[in-house]
Amino acid sequence: MGMQPVLEIKGLWVNYETEEEIVHAVNGIDLTMYGGESLGLVGETGAGKTTTCLSIMQLVPDPPGLITDGEILFKGEDMMLNTDKRNEEIRGNGISMIFQDPMTALNPVVTIGEQLSEVVRTHQKVSKAEAKQKVIEALEVVGVKRDRYDDYPHQFSGGMKQRVVITMALLCQPELLIADEPTTALDVTIQAQVLELIRTLQSESGTSLLLITHDLGVVAETCDKVAIMYAGEIVEFGSVDEVFRNTLHPYTKGLFDSIPKMTGPCERLTPIEGLPPNPADLPKGCCFSPRCKYKMEICEREKPGTRGEGHTAKCYLV
Amino acid sequence: MSVLLEVRNLSKYFRVASGALHAVDNVSFTIDAGKTLGIVGESGCGKSTLGRAILRLQEPTAGRVFFDGMDITSFSKEEMRQIRQHMQIIFQDPYASLNPRLTIAQSIEEPLKVFQPKLTEAERRNRIEELMELVGLSRRNFNAYPHEFDGGRRQRVVIARTLAAEPRFVVCDEPVSALDVSVQAQILNLMMDLQKQLELTFVFISHDLSVVRHISDAVGVMYLGQIVEYADKDTLFQNPGHPYTRALLSAIPSVDLDERRERIILKGEITSPINPKPGCRFAPRCEYATPQCTAADVELEDAGGGHMIACVRRRELFT
Repeated sequence: MGMQPVLEIKGLWVNYETEEEIVHAVNGIDLTMYGGESLGLVGETGAGKTTTCLSIMQLVPDPPGLITDGEILFKGEDMMLNTDKRNEEIRGNGISMIFQDPMTALNPVVTIGEQLSEVVRTHQKVSKAEAKQKVIEALEVVGVKRDRYDDYPHQFSGGMKQRVVITMALLCQPELLIADEPTTALDVTIQAQVLELIRTLQSESGTSLLLITHDLGVVAETCDKVAIMYAGEIVEFGSVDEVFRNTLHPYTKGLFDSIPKMTGPCERLTPIEGLPPNPADLPKGCCFSPRCKYKMEICEREKPGTRGEGHTAKCYLV
Repeated sequence: MSVLLEVRNLSKYFRVASGALHAVDNVSFTIDAGKTLGIVGESGCGKSTLGRAILRLQEPTAGRVFFDGMDITSFSKEEMRQIRQHMQIIFQDPYASLNPRLTIAQSIEEPLKVFQPKLTEAERRNRIEELMELVGLSRRNFNAYPHEFDGGRRQRVVIARTLAAEPRFVVCDEPVSALDVSVQAQILNLMMDLQKQLELTFVFISHDLSVVRHISDAVGVMYLGQIVEYADKDTLFQNPGHPYTRALLSAIPSVDLDERRERIILKGEITSPINPKPGCRFAPRCEYATPQCTAADVELEDAGGGHMIACVRRRELFT
């Protein structure tokens, strides 16, 4: 591809440092996204998914968070070398983020109309009336009627609130939308509505989508590509088709085997034995080796590099 | 197989400012000893209230619950206290259901003190160690506190504490929902092993249909306080007969790339359970609704072989 990537993460390392310990949240990840792509970032609690996103946005809480190495290029521009003012411009206009809990993402004492117009007026030079018009149009796209402009967040249900948050993220037509577990707090029938909405908006606007989730089913239905995170590393990366059909990494295999299936006989599940490592005390070799069925002598001694072309995995078996 | 639990026309209403909130409305079912009944439904459908009403943790507004042939809804407080030894509950959040100031051994010890007061201290200690082993906790964690544990191991402590009472029947209210998928699989396997080993009977409440399909023998689907469909697991998942069940099943994102089903995207959201109007409560969101659906209340009817469906159009649809 000769195109310039929308987002390039190169060798990113992030720690949370306190007096007692250093938590290694993100440990050398590389990731490239092109225009219009949707990428699922999958992992369990504490895998470093959210820290990765906060790093992209340059919003890692400091202290205790510290990006110790790496580059984050948004359309070639290194976010880490930018001034705070420039990054503020990029957030909203260039990159937007949807958080998991729609309730905490909205101000409870301000009407949703006011909150949304504020976004427009912060990032674009428009009059109050123009901003209102833009907001009403955007709300209608996501299925919120115009007579709800003056309602407060508590008057909305969870699914409707998430629609408002999605509107807020898309108002300035960002080139990259980061959605952190956008449907985890919602019921399945509402999740289906919201995912369809995100898919439609994304394909119509050409926005790139970085979707963070613990649910491989959501990835299968929404994304083109997928990155599997474990203990702060991307252990497998590829197209959804490749990763789901020809799974390479033992951790990814373990995840698939842990999920109860919706069809076929209900066989005994094969969980991954043990627990994820303590991020303040990571193993020396492969981060998954203490739980891996296929562990070899070298796995404990030396960390495997990223292997493979296109569909890659950090595993000696590849 | 003998019936261990029968729930007959159970209702639980809550009085609110604007009227009566019908959390559970006229629910009936039976469970055979050693089996699992899965209850699925979305937030606010009344599945947790149902679980609590069965144990009289919330006093039912109407209806009866028979445990081993005894009508426990007529029991006195003292009789209820005695029978609760056999009827236990596991909650969703293992962080909230353990006392942070007790060691895990002390937590597991509590039911032993209550229900087996004659045990000596040494006998109690042995029993605690046995229970810890049973749920896969190492003996060296005897004096650990809950905060030292992750969610999965905390849920193991909760299960050990539940089993200390030696129950025959357990209501499991979303016991794996707070856990990551790899840990969730460990706990599901543990619960199924224990069920076989100790001949336990479960009501398993969950919003996750794949988990319910995995663990249940029969499944009831709840919508706004009512069971709208009930069948053995295979029938319900292969041949759902209620429009709501069909929409629910189609909404689950699947990891199987070859199983791209047609999606039924429901319009609108759950309506209010306060003073519900007569007729089918799902009708406002149902693509098949006719005036007939809201004319009168819809009862569960047998569509054959115990496959119960509450839908007036069940004969014309999906057969």
